[in-house]
Amino acid sequence: MIADVVTWLTDSSHWTDTKFDTGIWTQLLAHLKFVGIALAIALLIALPLGLFIGHTRRWGWLVAGANALRALPTVGVLVLLTVIISPHFQGRTDTGFLIPTEIVLVLLAVPPILSNTYAGVQNVEPGIRDAAFGMGMTGPQVLLRVEFPISLPLIFSGVRSATLQLIATATVASYLPLGGLGRFIYDGLAQQDYPQMIGGGVLVAALALLTDLVLATIQRYVVSRGITRRFSSKQAVPDSRIAAVHETDGAHA
Amino acid sequence: MIRFDAVTKRYPDGTVAVDSLELTAASGQITVLVGPSGCGKTTSLRMINRMIEPTSGTIWLDDTDTASMATHELRRQIGYVIQHAGLFPHRTIVDNIATVPFLLGTDKKEARKTALELLERVGLPPHFAKRYPAQLSGGQQQRVGVARALAADPPVMLMDEPFSAVDPVVREQLQDEFLRLQQELGKTIVFVTHDIDEAIKLGDQVAVLRVGGHLAQLASPVELLSRPIDAFVAGFVGRDRGYRALGFTTAGTLSTRGEPTVTLGAAIPKGTDTDTWLLVVDAQQAPQGWLDLGADFTGHETVSDELLYRGGTLATQGGTLRAALDACLSSPSGRGVVVDDGGALIGSVTAREVLELIEARETERQP
Amino acid sequence: MTVLADSTSSSPLHFAQYFLDHSSEDLRLLWSHTWLSVVPVVIGLLIALPLGWTARRYRWTYPPIISITGLLYTIPSIALFVMVPPLLGLDTLDPLQVPIALTVYSVALLVRVVADGLASVPEDTVQAATALGFRPVERFFKVELPIAVPVIAAGLRVAVVSNVSIVAVAGTIGLSNLGQLFTQGFQLSTPDAYYPPIVLGIVLCVLLAVVLDLAVVGLNRLLTPWRRAVPS
Repeated sequence: MIADVVTWLTDSSHWTDTKFDTGIWTQLLAHLKFVGIALAIALLIALPLGLFIGHTRRWGWLVAGANALRALPTVGVLVLLTVIISPHFQGRTDTGFLIPTEIVLVLLAVPPILSNTYAGVQNVEPGIRDAAFGMGMTGPQVLLRVEFPISLPLIFSGVRSATLQLIATATVASYLPLGGLGRFIYDGLAQQDYPQMIGGGVLVAALALLTDLVLATIQRYVVSRGITRRFSSKQAVPDSRIAAVHETDGAHA
Repeated sequence: MIRFDAVTKRYPDGTVAVDSLELTAASGQITVLVGPSGCGKTTSLRMINRMIEPTSGTIWLDDTDTASMATHELRRQIGYVIQHAGLFPHRTIVDNIATVPFLLGTDKKEARKTALELLERVGLPPHFAKRYPAQLSGGQQQRVGVARALAADPPVMLMDEPFSAVDPVVREQLQDEFLRLQQELGKTIVFVTHDIDEAIKLGDQVAVLRVGGHLAQLASPVELLSRPIDAFVAGFVGRDRGYRALGFTTAGTLSTRGEPTVTLGAAIPKGTDTDTWLLVVDAQQAPQGWLDLGADFTGHETVSDELLYRGGTLATQGGTLRAALDACLSSPSGRGVVVDDGGALIGSVTAREVLELIEARETERQP
Repeated sequence: MTVLADSTSSSPLHFAQYFLDHSSEDLRLLWSHTWLSVVPVVIGLLIALPLGWTARRYRWTYPPIISITGLLYTIPSIALFVMVPPLLGLDTLDPLQVPIALTVYSVALLVRVVADGLASVPEDTVQAATALGFRPVERFFKVELPIAVPVIAAGLRVAVVSNVSIVAVAGTIGLSNLGQLFTQGFQLSTPDAYYPPIVLGIVLCVLLAVVLDLAVVGLNRLLTPWRRAVPS
């Protein structure tokens, strides 16, 4: 079976479009399109909202409410929205399916980004906030120059987890007659072409791993070393227990 | 100059943190606010840069009502140092120090140059500039905190228990350097602490606050020690205050007597009839410790390090009465060792002589 | 009023009627959904405990264990479902494929939770227990594990709630659970929308998630009576 899957994946005719079949590249682009649109919308909603709630400490219930959304079964909501929305787009069926799919994906991606952004800003040490205001920063300056960069690790982990869920769930979108890598899984299932079905699964897994790797790399370059504490060994972090001993070398150097 | 004019802070739940406070912090001086927790000292400090807004009353910064300024403008003119330094973990040390100049729109290169100078000024080596706060110890971070507050050269500095989170040895070091820095800079400083010893050491004037935000006494440290206004202040200032007050009176020229000495490394002298304790000095005449001539020197030919008693502080000619008395009390021979500013031996005094000097001062003061 | 009794009414509010009309089938789906949501988490926890303990006990094993399990968690659920049979030599659509995949997820999530939970036990407590003469295994079960319960319970809540949603995904590739109500509803919705099975599926899934979440919360309270002690 594994050999069959490898054969399916390495067959170059499966990668490009043919008269009868859509190729892997095209479905990959479609998959990325679903994910990209949803991620962009979710970021536009959740990032400013999370920053605002964390900074002002108001409307915290919104975060709790968003988290409760996670109990909703994604497939169920997708089907429900499709049944409600798609009849309004007769003749343009793709839009009729695309809109419910994107709504579900956005609903999925908002909670992790929102709650992590909020938690990140809220967890900024009070002393640091106090110092920032005390230096004469305005509210927006404190938020953008201090709270936001310090929250970045948590924000990134929220975005990464949201992206992984989007890639996974965009697969389910192929349950509707839409493209994406899930197409291979559902078509393989329907045609009892199991190498194709499993090959589709492998592709989705590979995409998820690769995307996470890309995001991890971006995170590495965007987040300050002062926060990740990736210091070269010769600039070791002082051990708090022997801080008093280190003290003097700085003082009288 | 900072002036509190009938300033009150009352919280919505009715607690009064500060109760019609009248206080003037003179220009170029250190004013310390001290008191037990809940006395409103931090609240008072934070009302100056409007981190907390007063319920009523006015705080004047020279001739300006602070309430008339935009808060961020006000704060940029006032240096602010807090307990754990509150450095920005994502910025390098040099950029942390340059925070306010950046806010004020100073040229980045110029601001970093000033920041580097300040780094040296607070006693940190220049190669720390590119480090991050997490790479510094608590005491080093606190130095950076002070440098950051000084960066825009504000005339006024607010310091909220800046040295209380570091261990006692480092704290004393930071206090000494802070005093030295203030001598050079002459800022108007309001300093909050719960430690009365710190208050007395650092303050030009000390304001003792009691719970509920009442000012109990505003006085110079020596006056606070010698004339506490009531039982609360007396209790808060604590024991030994008579002794500690001596730390503010210079001894003047102590009439010392010559002290026989032996140099480190010389042969152990025998059969002196003065008494059993002999002072040991090094080649530069700096006192090293005492030699007990009554002891058993089997196996030793010369005066070596391991034979010395090192108990005994040194008094400086021109130092305080407290240091002179302490030198006597801590010396195993009962004779306090007096040295010059270079650390070389001048002679010795006894506790009796220092006490006579203290009594003479007291009579001088009485009319 | 005959409309209300008509089980083919398409109003979303008629899911209760739909449930009554198909109760035996629906209860079967609910039961299998519950089963699929709970068992993998329990097995996953049993596997995660020794792994998490190892990651904590031998610090050098922490990075590899956490990265590998983290990597597993990255794989989308539906991909894992279809990849399990060939990797383990099972038949495609073997009834075990979904439980196995979900167990893998639970392990992936819970190893980190267990390791972090054990890390939350104060070092002083561990040393005191050692000094009192607990042997390592005894100490783990009688001291460290109980103290780590709140952190582990928080992880279990996430695992159980997300499982309920993932199991429904498995319904779309033909496995028998509440996810099938969505498939049925979708098929019945051509040409006209037919809501009752879809809404019923969503309602039952949410209820199940809430009940299981509360169960974990209750279990946590039961296992940590000292946390209810109010300092006087």
